[in-house]
Amino acid sequence: MYQYTDKDQTLINERVDQFRDQTQRFLKGEIADDKYRALRLMNGVYIQTHSPLLRVAGPYGLLSCAQIRKLASIARDYDKNFCHFTTRQNIQFNWPALERIPYILEELASVQMHAIQTSGNCLRNTTSDQLAGVAKDELEDPRPYCEIIRQWTILHPEFAYLPRKFKIAVSGSAQDRAATHFHDIGLHLVKNDAGEIGFKVLVGGGLGRTPIIGQVIRPFLEKKHLLSYLEAILRVYNIYGRRDNKYKARIKILVRETGIAEITKKVEAEWHLIKDQLEVSEQTITDMCAQFADPAYQKDLTAGADYAQQLNDNIAFKTWDKHNTAGHKTDGYRAVYVSLKAPDSPPGDCSDTQLDALAGLADSYSFGMIRATHRQNLVLADVKEADLFTLWQKLDALKLATANINSATDIICCPGIDYCGLANTSSIDIAQGINDTLDSIDYIHDLGELKINISGCMNGCAHQSVGHIGILGVDKKGVEWYQVTLGGSSENDATIGERLGPAVSKQDIVPVIKQILEVYLELRSHEDEAFLTTFRRIGVNPFKEKVYAAD
Amino acid sequence: MPLIKNKLLTQDNWEFIADDVALNTDFNIVSLSRWEQEKTSLANQANLGLRLESDVIIKDIVDDLAHFSLIELFIPVFTDGRAYTHARLLRSRYGFTGDIRVNGDFMLDQIFYLNRVGISSYVLDEKDSAEKAIAVMSDFSDTYQESVA
Repeated sequence: MYQYTDKDQTLINERVDQFRDQTQRFLKGEIADDKYRALRLMNGVYIQTHSPLLRVAGPYGLLSCAQIRKLASIARDYDKNFCHFTTRQNIQFNWPALERIPYILEELASVQMHAIQTSGNCLRNTTSDQLAGVAKDELEDPRPYCEIIRQWTILHPEFAYLPRKFKIAVSGSAQDRAATHFHDIGLHLVKNDAGEIGFKVLVGGGLGRTPIIGQVIRPFLEKKHLLSYLEAILRVYNIYGRRDNKYKARIKILVRETGIAEITKKVEAEWHLIKDQLEVSEQTITDMCAQFADPAYQKDLTAGADYAQQLNDNIAFKTWDKHNTAGHKTDGYRAVYVSLKAPDSPPGDCSDTQLDALAGLADSYSFGMIRATHRQNLVLADVKEADLFTLWQKLDALKLATANINSATDIICCPGIDYCGLANTSSIDIAQGINDTLDSIDYIHDLGELKINISGCMNGCAHQSVGHIGILGVDKKGVEWYQVTLGGSSENDATIGERLGPAVSKQDIVPVIKQILEVYLELRSHEDEAFLTTFRRIGVNPFKEKVYAAD
Repeated sequence: MPLIKNKLLTQDNWEFIADDVALNTDFNIVSLSRWEQEKTSLANQANLGLRLESDVIIKDIVDDLAHFSLIELFIPVFTDGRAYTHARLLRSRYGFTGDIRVNGDFMLDQIFYLNRVGISSYVLDEKDSAEKAIAVMSDFSDTYQESVA
């Protein structure tokens, strides 16, 4: 993985000093609340219901064991012994004291981590595919480009006070696992007719209260123009993006109101003026790719007889292997999903002891690296098949082997009203309720691939509008209600979910989800027809009839 | 109000003159609408400054830049980041070599960025420390992006 240069390290150290100074001046009353708010947000510090929240950047989701151990020690020393992995591959601490946050940042800097631009109306953490570098369907590893983008975004002087936040995602695979259609800019590594690899550039996607699918602004961009094209888009957005209404300030609204043709014209005109001044050199790309070279895979591994035997002998192991591991480009290896969706734990939460243990497992079995996924799980990307059985047993002992990846209980869930100052409703207890209802793992597996996303407010941090089943908490005169959408997807077939009907009460929401699943089981054409496929075939009406019939 | 120019606390000779007020003999800063209406008479002024609001499109005024020894970018609210792009374009694309100052609602902690996009002077708030304003220009010893000096 990328190792900081002296320059990288100096910059984040100086950022710690800067934020410490700003926080001290704020606490002395020398910086006004609204001004300090902007400054702290750009260091990932929110003031939440109970305490500040600190969001730490997980650059494209890739973390070393040293970083994981540091997160564990911060959880222990500054928080309540846990942290939370977010849908943008970041890490949140829910209970730090404001005056101690500069010390946390200093600890993070010691392991090449920071919280720069993890919030605020600026360029955010660049996200990517959790299987980057190992996926079988990958054209090229997106992470070198993510790191090039990361450096370009950090402390960019021109784009620190944008109309609204700005998120970039990069995918290098046939299957989009980075939700690139729903980012302000989505980049896909693609091959053109001449056989050259470059980027397809999407712009204007986003979730939140107005979900919009990104549109292609450039079908093919040469790699050397990556940064100049981003800069051109950002400059057009900074000048023309709406600043009169924060709900209309994202670039998706600018693209929608102006039209993709006009935006493309503006961006291309700007780009032609700067593209020769801001080239990414071949040498830069080569050097960056070298930082993400394959680890020392053992070549010529044959599928071990032991592994086949273990699968055969142990049904629980076989089930876990089927659901929680993915194919790997190198024979004899698999990528392992570490489920942070145990039935009795809030989705995405991880304790300090689990983190420490995971770091040890990554050291032993996966070249000392861990990835965070946008569905709030973790991945050990390079595990030998021969080690899977042992690893599974160890993960199971840590409650990290729930065999539910991409199934009904692999729920994306925001912190909701339990932690978040913006939320209208709870969300964690709804996830819990669904878990309690779906108490049989066989039933969950029978439901097949199913993405349930739950957000406690319109801001949609849990991407409910692209869940196969989306649940959105709404406040009606001080009472918690839940709006259900069906049929959303954040993958190649990007779709915004369709509304089921009127919102349902808190006591009804879990039974309603159960009813929806019953309709699916009843009407699917065969056992392997996934929920999303069935929904697309039969539409919303059968679900609507069942749910609202009794009234 | 305190003025920092080229990293020094400096006497401010300039004054922004409202559109309906008569000009001083020298060192006037005028609005874009006044400039457009009184271009012929104003063009003879020796030291003339132009105030630009955030919603200006810089490309539209480049032909007139030679008339001004100072451009003032007025920031209505500190979260409005358009002035950063305006300054950068004025300096690096349109080659404006005069003083570019910021006035209005900005905070000391934004000066590091403002300095990097080509701002050369800052009209501070009375309560702001000039020393701090100069110090924050050196908050970081290196950068990933090119700066416009």
